[in-house]
Amino acid sequence: MPHAFPLFPQEASTIAPAVDHLFYFLTAVSIFFASLIFLLIFYFAVKYRRRSKDEPAPKNQVINNIPLEVTWTVIPMILVAIMYLWGAEIFVRNAQPPPNALEIFVIGKQWMWHIEHNNGKREINALHIPAGVPVKLTMTSQDVIHDFSVPAFRMKMDVVPDRYTTEWFEATQPGKYRLFCDQYCGMGHALMRGWVYVMTPQDYQRWLTSGVTGQTMAEQGAALYNQLGCVTCHGTGKGPPFAGLYGRTVKLSDGTTVVANDAYIRESILDPSAQIVNGYPAIMPTFKGQVSEEQILQLTAYIKSLASTKSNTGAP
Amino acid sequence: MSSQEIAIEPKLNYLNCDYSIKSWLLTTDHKRIAWLYMMAITFFFTVGGIAATLMRLNLLEPQGLLVEPETYNKLFSIHGIIMVFFFLVPSIPAVMGNFLLPMMLGARDVAFPKLNLLSWYIFMTGGSLVLYTVIAGGVDTGWTFYTPLSTLYLNTHVMAAAGGVFIAGFSSILTGLNFVVTIHKMRAPGLTWFRLPLFVWAMYAASIIFIIGTPVIAISLFLIVVERIFHVGIFDPSLGGDPILFQHLFWFYSHPAVYVMILPSMGVISELITAFSRKRIFGYHFVAFSSVAIAAIGFLVWGHHMFISGQSVYAGLVFSALSMAVAIPSAVKVFNWTATLYKGSISYEAPMLYALGFIGLFTIGGLTGLYLATTGLDQHVHDTYFVIAHFHYIMVGGAVMGYLGGIHYWWPKMTGRLYPDGWARVAAIIVFVGFNLTFFPQFILGYLGMPRRYAVYPPEFHTLNVISTAGASILGLGYVIPLIYLAWSLRYGPIAGPNPWKATGLEWTTSSPPPTHNFEETPIVTEEPYRYDRLAEEIHVA
Amino acid sequence: MWIFLATEIMFFGGLFTGYTVYRNLYTTAFETGSHLLNARIGALNTAILIASSLTMALAVHSAQTGKRAKLIFFIISTMCLGAAFLLIKFFFEWTHDYAEGFVPGLHFTYAGPHASHVALFMCFYFIMTGVHALHMVAGEGVLTVLLIMAWRGRFNQERYNAIEMMGLYWHFVDIVWIFLFPLLYLLGARF
Repeated sequence: MPHAFPLFPQEASTIAPAVDHLFYFLTAVSIFFASLIFLLIFYFAVKYRRRSKDEPAPKNQVINNIPLEVTWTVIPMILVAIMYLWGAEIFVRNAQPPPNALEIFVIGKQWMWHIEHNNGKREINALHIPAGVPVKLTMTSQDVIHDFSVPAFRMKMDVVPDRYTTEWFEATQPGKYRLFCDQYCGMGHALMRGWVYVMTPQDYQRWLTSGVTGQTMAEQGAALYNQLGCVTCHGTGKGPPFAGLYGRTVKLSDGTTVVANDAYIRESILDPSAQIVNGYPAIMPTFKGQVSEEQILQLTAYIKSLASTKSNTGAP
Repeated sequence: MSSQEIAIEPKLNYLNCDYSIKSWLLTTDHKRIAWLYMMAITFFFTVGGIAATLMRLNLLEPQGLLVEPETYNKLFSIHGIIMVFFFLVPSIPAVMGNFLLPMMLGARDVAFPKLNLLSWYIFMTGGSLVLYTVIAGGVDTGWTFYTPLSTLYLNTHVMAAAGGVFIAGFSSILTGLNFVVTIHKMRAPGLTWFRLPLFVWAMYAASIIFIIGTPVIAISLFLIVVERIFHVGIFDPSLGGDPILFQHLFWFYSHPAVYVMILPSMGVISELITAFSRKRIFGYHFVAFSSVAIAAIGFLVWGHHMFISGQSVYAGLVFSALSMAVAIPSAVKVFNWTATLYKGSISYEAPMLYALGFIGLFTIGGLTGLYLATTGLDQHVHDTYFVIAHFHYIMVGGAVMGYLGGIHYWWPKMTGRLYPDGWARVAAIIVFVGFNLTFFPQFILGYLGMPRRYAVYPPEFHTLNVISTAGASILGLGYVIPLIYLAWSLRYGPIAGPNPWKATGLEWTTSSPPPTHNFEETPIVTEEPYRYDRLAEEIHVA
Repeated sequence: MWIFLATEIMFFGGLFTGYTVYRNLYTTAFETGSHLLNARIGALNTAILIASSLTMALAVHSAQTGKRAKLIFFIISTMCLGAAFLLIKFFFEWTHDYAEGFVPGLHFTYAGPHASHVALFMCFYFIMTGVHALHMVAGEGVLTVLLIMAWRGRFNQERYNAIEMMGLYWHFVDIVWIFLFPLLYLLGARF
């Protein structure tokens, strides 16, 4: 690699070969058609060059050939349809993280990446992940739109304020891969970059547990749950209980249902009156301005950790 | 190329009838207005080009050779804003469209000549505001003005820049309106729709886009200004606003805008290919309808700029499919132009070199658009140098080559003078070579992952950036040379005569330069365009 | 003129799009905001504007039949009705809204639930009616010019194109209001 003149980034994720193969197909089609046009132009320009200044214009000019028009409309249509479907398959796969994916949280802000692992370990401008394990990033921005891009994984996704976006990948080999911010975000945009460190699963475990003296995200969330007073309602029946809540379908007061995912929990904290759970009064105050994005993620982690331990008695 | 008879410059034409400044600044003659636009956009191209020069020089070093990131961000913003809104969008429509449209239709002027002049003044007002932005310290939003960066997080001259573009938009709208009415209402007797030159079809399609699309960007920029002044939360997520709504509104115009930039150029190419191969266009109806199809479908594909914006996957799939659809008419045109060369009688004057260069470069640009329309692939190359290479192939390799080809082709008509074709051919080749050297490496850079709008970059991208900058210096040279010999030709060029290229088209039946009222008598049209097969005699002076 | 109106549709269209998106997201807040507006005054203004479209149509008819006096009368009527609309909007509604603290960015003191979303509603209310009012002011200006021309006898059965064009424009501005009124003033059942 150091000696070669690189034309491609390393293929370091499970989706990278698929993307590259699609790229080869498009390049083959492009080279074919570009060469065809270039050669035809060159050939015609030479063969039919005007040989004398006063050479008359050609008579009996061919100006129409419907079969030809149809052919060179239909063949491109077929080719682009192939490109479309092939690309769509990859795109849809990219939008469906496996259910057992390892979740890591990313907060982008001008001009750095804050990353937090479930066990509370934090990093800045670096992301350590294990190889061979699908990793799902749940991301939000604290200010403007950013983009978390890892060319070696052939993956990127915008990071938007006030909502969560996700991307997932499964790294295939240990190594160090560039991480870029890929949505212009102001002065420090070009400096908002770092490295993704892919490690063997054992190394990753060792790294993950080393130097962590603090609490896991879920534990920090539990602390916040008490500190911020959530327990006074949600622990006493005045508000919906959290046991087994995450991932469950929730019935709302207007009759519709919603899945209790990250975005739902975040909205419930920041704008509680937007969606009221059926059977409960709309008395929850907003915590906007009182919790940071990081704290919201920690609270979410805590709620996720609450498996249903006893049967729900009449709770929605 | 030289006429058999001695060409005499006509006594009174639209240029020498009045030399006063007032006659120029208050003119309602579409031909003079075309010159006003040409001077203006040449100036803006220079400003945008200087910005590009500084950018490419800066990128010679990974750490940034010349400027701080803050300044670099202002440079790429102003490069984009000026090149898109003050060069590419007006270029062919406002210069060549204004000059040629009435002549190609056999008319004396456009439908609303005073509105035409007003358009130019509106354009200059918008342009002045943007120049003020540059002088006052610049703007660093990028030409895309994405929120909430542009509304909440920048304290550069965002409102002035947005205001300048907003105002200039009205110039486009009025020009589009003028052209549509002119084409509908002012065709010469016998000039049915399918006897129109393809340049006119291209102008028509572009005008539709002007009319329907421009107001949407006007409102988008207007809302940005409102949000900045009143601090309301239209795009501010903390106040309930949606930053992605801006992207939808912005791209709803800005995607059709790119078709505004390329369709007129395609129209020019149709004229050049036929004239310099002395052939009728192959598949006239297909080319004409393709222009309209591109304009229409072009309004439905804006979301392909937003595949990874947080937009839903379903929306992405729909936009991707439609984007594939819009590629087909462009391909059809390329094939038809190539087929036009078959069994032609081809000469290689500068306009033809530009036209042939266009076909090659536009083909590459168009094909690389497919990479971006393919969702799974776009997820890798979105917002990288791949995108930059793609759109420069279309904008510069396409639109600018068409513009230069058209300028060279119609220069004798506009000025009555011939330019030295040897120099022109050299310049065309320099542009072609310099262009490819500048932008082809950027495809590679993009696939390698280099993001766009980066003032500094990791060292592994160094070599390709150096190649690109070297190419840019050659490209720049290619642009400067025509300025010199074209200016020279105004004084010292041989007299052109009414039809130095022996081309068909109503514009060539009148003198060069034409009289103010274009035609001594209203022409009557009896056949389709490009009837080179019937062109046997010399064209006489009108 | 039709083409120009097409551009106007796109211009307002952008605003309507934004409005629709937010109305969908924040239905309750938008209904609350709508209730803060005075629908009666809005209805009065709607009636005034429809009447002005009638007088404008009558003006066009007068021009077509060459009745100079009637033409002048109906232009003046249209102008007066348009001015009444603007007066009511600016001097009754907007001053009242300002006093009540409904103007985001300048003076917004509404403190109920979803205040920021209500502010968003008010934002669209002021922008949309403001842009509409701007178009009406421009219309009044053109009507003034046409009035002067009519006074000077410039129009007759053969030459009345400008009046017809103005009629189209005025009807368009009226139609925009007819969309704006229910969308802004009549959200959520109130009767």
